[in-house]
Amino acid sequence: MMMIECPWCGKRDQSEFTAHGEAHIARPLDTFGLSDQQWGDYVFFRSNPKGLHYERWVHSFGCRQWFNVARNTATDEVYASYKPGEAKPIIKATTSRAKK
Amino acid sequence: MNKYSIFNLARQAKNYHQNWQAAWRSPEPKKHYDVVIVGGGGHGLATAYYLAKECGITNVAVLEKGWIGGGNTGRNTTIIRSNYLWDESAALYDHAVDLWGGLSQELNYNVMYSPRGVLHVAHSVHDLQEIGRRGNAIHLNGIKSKFMTPEEIVKMVPYMNLDCRFPVMGGLFQQLGGTARHDAVAWGYARAADALGVDIIQNCEVTGFDIKGGTVKGMATSKGKISADKVGVVVAGHCSVLADMAGFRLPIESFPLQALVSEPVKPCVDQVIMSNGVHAYISQSDKGELVIGASSDLYTSYTQRGGFDVIEDTLQAIVELYPALSRMKMLRQWGGIVDVTVDRSPILSKTPVDNLFFNCGWGTGGFKATPGSGHVFAHSIAEGNMHPYAAPFSIDRFNSGALVDEGAASAVAH
Repeated sequence: MMMIECPWCGKRDQSEFTAHGEAHIARPLDTFGLSDQQWGDYVFFRSNPKGLHYERWVHSFGCRQWFNVARNTATDEVYASYKPGEAKPIIKATTSRAKK
Repeated sequence: MNKYSIFNLARQAKNYHQNWQAAWRSPEPKKHYDVVIVGGGGHGLATAYYLAKECGITNVAVLEKGWIGGGNTGRNTTIIRSNYLWDESAALYDHAVDLWGGLSQELNYNVMYSPRGVLHVAHSVHDLQEIGRRGNAIHLNGIKSKFMTPEEIVKMVPYMNLDCRFPVMGGLFQQLGGTARHDAVAWGYARAADALGVDIIQNCEVTGFDIKGGTVKGMATSKGKISADKVGVVVAGHCSVLADMAGFRLPIESFPLQALVSEPVKPCVDQVIMSNGVHAYISQSDKGELVIGASSDLYTSYTQRGGFDVIEDTLQAIVELYPALSRMKMLRQWGGIVDVTVDRSPILSKTPVDNLFFNCGWGTGGFKATPGSGHVFAHSIAEGNMHPYAAPFSIDRFNSGALVDEGAASAVAH
């Protein structure tokens, strides 16, 4: 069972949280100037890495706050949690591809 | 290739079955192939088979990182159906159902296709409206199915507790839906493709693509460099990893999806019965095990495990609907990595790299489409243009907005 550190509540079981995918995708500012190609890329395309992943979570059955998590999707190891607006922590992790 | 027949069985019995050929060769990879298929699951092997059989391209290799049938092909719950909402999906999935019918004869391998019927039950007015809309849509597409009242359901499935927490209010039954033996599908396609000259290379992982001037020329693998005129990537959960090697992204996220089987018991579940509302579905294998599918875990992951809370939710729903199963022991549980698109429809497409084709995004329900997917993908690769059944599933739809939204039809049954 995966344990996740909520920056406000501390370490809790994963089933209290909901994942919301890749973090640090900024909404484009020039919304009227965007082509269909750019809109599609922003809305639907994701890096979906095998290895280090920065992602958004919300503590749905707890404090209901949003935050970001750095996790290894190849092992489900959680490296760090940090509040929204904070910079990505540097994780010295190798993806499973790099390991080989 | 030794043909499998009653006469050969008798002939081999005289030699105590010592002289059967291996089902396929295990060759070392050649330096060059006309087409390389990356991924030796059902879809990849079917693609190679139809390339050799129908498109006349026999200089083909299938590269498999692990072993044949060890990925999602051997990890799903073997359900076959084609009751999808949109015309594009109905055409593609029903093409597969057509091919399932004659597959055992065609491959000379018993894939144990059993059209025992698939029943979707509805637990709310909303569910009823959804199956009503989808049922009418699939009737218009000529796919046989019927609506059922609670009285008809209880006659067909007497052990179902209709008066449960979310009472069963009706159902949609597709008669030609059913199951097939998933391992046999992979092995049957592998054996038949091998007999036509396709090289099946196991334990051979692709580690990078050789791309020159925007065209794929070959790939680096754990067994050395291989050049190819065309490359088809059919790797399910790992498609984003392969796309990353080729320098582009996909509109896909990968999730673990779990299933479990019980101890074997006498025949009791005659159909495939699924409920989107409470997320429970169940069928019985020919060995007697009850095969139960859970929902996917709700966070991306490449671990073929999944969380226990998901299994707990699924079994709660199963026990509520089928109280008689409350004391069944579950024997095995496993997870597979599913590649999910936002519209829950697959991607069969050209890519930003010329001569590199992707067949992925089947998400939680790719097994049912295996023959159809391989068939249309083989024709698409051979002709360099997507087959009419595959064309609506281009990767461009995520930029043009022409999504094929099958969220309701593919929410549960895999």
